[in-house]
Amino acid sequence: MKITQEEIGLKVKSFIQDNFVFNGQDIDSEVSLLGSGTIDSTGILEVISFLEETFGVRFDDKELIAENFDSIAKIQSFMFHKLGDAGS
Amino acid sequence: MCGIAGIIHTDDRHAPPSAELLHEMIGAIRYRGPDEFGIYRDQHAGLVHARLSIIDLLGGQQPMSNEDGSLWIVFNGEIFNYIELRNELRSLGHRFQTQSDTEVIVHAYEAWGNECFLKFNGQWAFALWDAQKRKLILSRDRIGVRPLFVRQAQGKIWFASEVKAIFSDPEVPRSINSQGLDQTFTYWASIAPVSVFDGIEEILPGSVRIYDSDGAHREWLYWQPLYADPREPYQLPIADATEVLREKLMRATELRMLRADVPVGSYLSGGLDSSLVAWMGRQAKEGSFQTFSLRFDDAEFDETVFQQLMASQLDSTHHDIVVSRHDIARVFPEVVWHAERPILRTAPAPLYLLSQRVRQSGIKAVLTGEGADEMLAGYDLFREAKIRQFWSRQPESKIRPRLFERLYPYLGRSPNQTKGMALQFWKQGIEKANLPGFSHGPRWSTTSALKRFFSADIRQSIAAHPAPDVLSSLPKDFGRWDPLGQAQYLEVVTLLSGYLISSQGDRMLMAHSVEGRFPFLDSDVMEFCNGLPADYKLRILDEKHILKRVARGVIPDQIVRRQKQPYRAPDAISFVGKDAPDYIRELLSEKALKESGLFDSAAVSKFYQKCLAKGKNAITSATFSNSDNMALVGILSTQLLDNLFVRENRHSSGDRISFVTDIDRVSNHAQHATQENSL
Repeated sequence: MKITQEEIGLKVKSFIQDNFVFNGQDIDSEVSLLGSGTIDSTGILEVISFLEETFGVRFDDKELIAENFDSIAKIQSFMFHKLGDAGS
Repeated sequence: MCGIAGIIHTDDRHAPPSAELLHEMIGAIRYRGPDEFGIYRDQHAGLVHARLSIIDLLGGQQPMSNEDGSLWIVFNGEIFNYIELRNELRSLGHRFQTQSDTEVIVHAYEAWGNECFLKFNGQWAFALWDAQKRKLILSRDRIGVRPLFVRQAQGKIWFASEVKAIFSDPEVPRSINSQGLDQTFTYWASIAPVSVFDGIEEILPGSVRIYDSDGAHREWLYWQPLYADPREPYQLPIADATEVLREKLMRATELRMLRADVPVGSYLSGGLDSSLVAWMGRQAKEGSFQTFSLRFDDAEFDETVFQQLMASQLDSTHHDIVVSRHDIARVFPEVVWHAERPILRTAPAPLYLLSQRVRQSGIKAVLTGEGADEMLAGYDLFREAKIRQFWSRQPESKIRPRLFERLYPYLGRSPNQTKGMALQFWKQGIEKANLPGFSHGPRWSTTSALKRFFSADIRQSIAAHPAPDVLSSLPKDFGRWDPLGQAQYLEVVTLLSGYLISSQGDRMLMAHSVEGRFPFLDSDVMEFCNGLPADYKLRILDEKHILKRVARGVIPDQIVRRQKQPYRAPDAISFVGKDAPDYIRELLSEKALKESGLFDSAAVSKFYQKCLAKGKNAITSATFSNSDNMALVGILSTQLLDNLFVRENRHSSGDRISFVTDIDRVSNHAQHATQENSL
């Protein structure tokens, strides 16, 4: 069964909460993860590794740009399309 | 260099300050001046002094007074131009009993009053007690090389070089101040007058504070760093300015080498600044010269090759120590005990060990290159700000940010994701290029993000009483300065004063009774550097451009031309290895975190577990992100601070000390012969 955008968003959010926020506080899906200091540039690598492992995908170098990963909403939408493309 | 402390009673109902308590106070910071101790007491005041004898070894005992005994001083530091000032004062009719710089301060205050402070070229913190008017005058040097803290409550004023001396009075309550924490987790240090302890204020660098007999006080800045207005033409071409800077630095170094009755050595990091200072120190004085370097077990932090190159060029007696992660973890509690504030980096720890080495080799004073990066724009932050400024004029440009590859060549070779994320980081706040604080925005916001670890109590307390914002108390001409000058100002008032020359400077040196001397922080050198046009300091992206011109030909080319390596030490990785000392696990346990109440215990526990997991496989410190490093070191040091100062209050120094100078005006007899003569 195909995973929904919302489910992707929830998984990503809970990973970020558990591994970067720690205090259980809600994070706005639209907020810039780098700009808000939630994750720094090294930390983003952990997120990318999580996505590869969880969703069984590999990222091309050219996909690894801030536009795709700088907020939960961006990751959610990018991953949804990537998984959709892979499935079709 | 010394330690000072004292108590003033502004309420007549109090009995005179207790000799016993004053004894405890100075005992708590005896390492600042283990050579001699002195005490002064009258009905309303008690002053104590611990002396590290460097100038006028025989005559410089303190507390010291003016001719008629109405004015008393305890002084920590050096006035390097004291000989010139003494001559000036003699011509005004003042008579001197000693050869010391201390006595010069007393007479200068008598002669010039509040104008005297600007005449001093030095590093100081002192308390002057006007026994007739019952007035207390506290002052610190321009940049805050020497520390001074004060507390006022219940008709009393306590002051001391270090907070632990004030805490040795059991009457003084001890708790962590949320504003101080808020600032630390923004600027990397609390900013005077805020301190990290409730009820304790830090005297502002470059200021004077005067308490009247009723306890009311006024204070003012006699100096602050002011920078050039780019619209005003600068007269000197860069070649001439280079010569002037060379002369001023040489003079500053000579003063610091020669105005000492003991040998002065030098630190040697392997970088440009300390190499140049050591070279100038070598020129200033004949005879043997000792240099000291830090080496690291971890290759990524090590600069041995350059240190040895410079040491052989100097033909100095060179000493070095090799520091490991384990050493850092082992001494970290001592480091926090001396720093007396949370720190976000472990970099002070190796310097704590280095000063120990200095002391073992019999040296009491060292030159260091501290201040060059602030005065002459050496940090990457200044270069990043310049590129961000340039980028901000065309934020959609893909070409402008490629300048970052000039700063960090590895970016050009990096996969897109590293580059993209780095650029995203620097793009923060780019729309605010014309607002104060633009240069420091990325650093401050990254650091502030760590506040998510604060407990609900601390967050509420900060929300109710936010800490003063550095940007709300800027000098009135701030907006007229070049953007580089603005960035330099912010760097000086936050990181230099609050961290580099305190937590990483004075405190680590004095822990082993060693005095630091900083030619780049000479008042004449600072004034000259601050007046230079921005592009003499940062030419395109060439940092410390004018200083390299000074150094060329005398310092090996490899050192002048090498890419600047910021001084760093292994951070988080030092605390998570399998042989990490037990105190770390204990202080980061949920129980200890709940006890201190400063952090969200569940959040920190999860974070710590993550660090431990990473630590299992970590080979280099690159395993830990910048945020991980700052968070772990910051939380651990705060927990240590709370433990050492709030919970334990380990202040007792053990051994009794005996006072060489003992002026007792309470029982009306002075016991010290030389002081009797001057009364």
